[in-house]
Amino acid sequence: MTTESSADTDAPTGLSTSGPVKEARRRSWWYRNRRTTIVWSLRAGVVLVFLLLWQIAGNTAANPMFVSDPVSVWEQLSAWIVDGTLGRHTWITIQEVVLGYVIGAAAGALAGYALASIRLVYDVFEPLMMALYSIPKVALAPLFIVWFGIGIDMKVILAAVSVFFLVFLNTAAGVRDVDRGLVDAVRLMGGSNRDIAIKVVLPASMTGLITGLKVSIPYALIGAVIGELVASNRGLGYLINDSAAQFNTAGVFAAVVVLTAVAMVLNTLVGVLASRANRWKPLD
Amino acid sequence: MSIVLEVEHLTKEFQRDDVATVALRDFNLSIEEGTFVTILGRSGCGKSTMLNLLSGLSKPTSGRVLHRGSPHSGPTPDIGYLTQTDTLMPWRSVQRNVEMPMEIAGTDKAERGARARELIATVGLAEFADSYPRELSGGMRRRASLARMLANGAETILMDEPFGALDAQLRAELQRELARLWKATGHTIVFVTHDIEEALMLGDRVVVLGPLGTILLDQQVDLDRPREPDETKVRPRFVELHATLASALKKGAR
Repeated sequence: MTTESSADTDAPTGLSTSGPVKEARRRSWWYRNRRTTIVWSLRAGVVLVFLLLWQIAGNTAANPMFVSDPVSVWEQLSAWIVDGTLGRHTWITIQEVVLGYVIGAAAGALAGYALASIRLVYDVFEPLMMALYSIPKVALAPLFIVWFGIGIDMKVILAAVSVFFLVFLNTAAGVRDVDRGLVDAVRLMGGSNRDIAIKVVLPASMTGLITGLKVSIPYALIGAVIGELVASNRGLGYLINDSAAQFNTAGVFAAVVVLTAVAMVLNTLVGVLASRANRWKPLD
Repeated sequence: MSIVLEVEHLTKEFQRDDVATVALRDFNLSIEEGTFVTILGRSGCGKSTMLNLLSGLSKPTSGRVLHRGSPHSGPTPDIGYLTQTDTLMPWRSVQRNVEMPMEIAGTDKAERGARARELIATVGLAEFADSYPRELSGGMRRRASLARMLANGAETILMDEPFGALDAQLRAELQRELARLWKATGHTIVFVTHDIEEALMLGDRVVVLGPLGTILLDQQVDLDRPREPDETKVRPRFVELHATLASALKKGAR
């Protein structure tokens, strides 16, 4: 307390700040991207080594039919691209995955936000939702075939159901984790329940929603592909099934490679969305 | 002088299972319009509970809290409350946080932007208007909270140990700024602290609280304003009052 007497500023407004200062700092391209460059080079290296080992294993294995090799997979891929097979089947699967993901995520987010905002409703529904969530969605495939036929609808719904629960549970958790202090702060400003819902609960639950969106991407793919494996004559799942039935291992791997690419694109899209919504997160 | 806030026979308990924690018992207090009242007490004597009740955030177990003669029905924008914990919205920049009360009140966009910039400059954060709360130090967040509370335009202001976490230099400056603001606006301020010097530097009246909200002493502070820290602290009257408050606090500890 004695240091207070050393106060020597007497400016009427504005305070002498001793906090950090913001300064412009130009950084070279290499300084900014050094780490990213190294990480990406190493990643590419790991993939190359894996492909090389696979090629060697494929050429030395007793029965190459079981393991195939990268060159055969590539040949199969180009053959399919040329004759249009790949484009047709991939487009079907992408439609199923994206539709299922969007429908499931939208329904999950809305339901999560609405149910978790009202305590009584949440307490009633929470165990029921957990029970439904625990059902292996594959077990529902036969039922969905009966209900929706074997067309694209059934795959979309299977994907949507898988995504729904994950997004629902994460959004609900986000809504319920809202800091009471922030809600009180808005009440002190004279905010209505609507203000609290829009200005506090909605942004606070974003973190949960985004977690849900991220973890549910693989489940959208699983839903669609399982649907195709169970009953279909189109899509990448069908392509896998069909190739396997003809002992075309390279074909199976080729379809899997395309599925992986689809998943990576989806991951990237959601990642971009997430980093925009989470700009306020602390600096590393 | 009219009475802004009045507390009558107030008891507040927190019930958990079969045990009730009593925070305040039969507490009475009245705050007159335009006065600067500091509430002095040790930790755990119910200071924060009292402010929560005065703000309307929590409801008394029994007794009443009257705001301008009518019982509290909930928080109102007429009463600003700077809580002890940080409640800045982490997803809003300082600028948008300070704008928030005006946003809720429905102030025009350009006007609230300008007003917020002005308030941010007053608390010395002009350079950090676009920063998010987590990028700021604890003291800077405190000042941003202060700016946000002032943006409310409330006539009655409750403050819960607002400058506790700041360095002594900054605390002195903010105390002076607050005293100046109070003088200029004629607001009513209820300021909770556990620091005797702070209570004397700021208040017209110091209420010393003991356990369960018993009032140990209700002392008028007859020190001239503005109170410059350096010279006020060596005035005989200040020293005398300091001793009175300290002994009252000690009495409560027994």
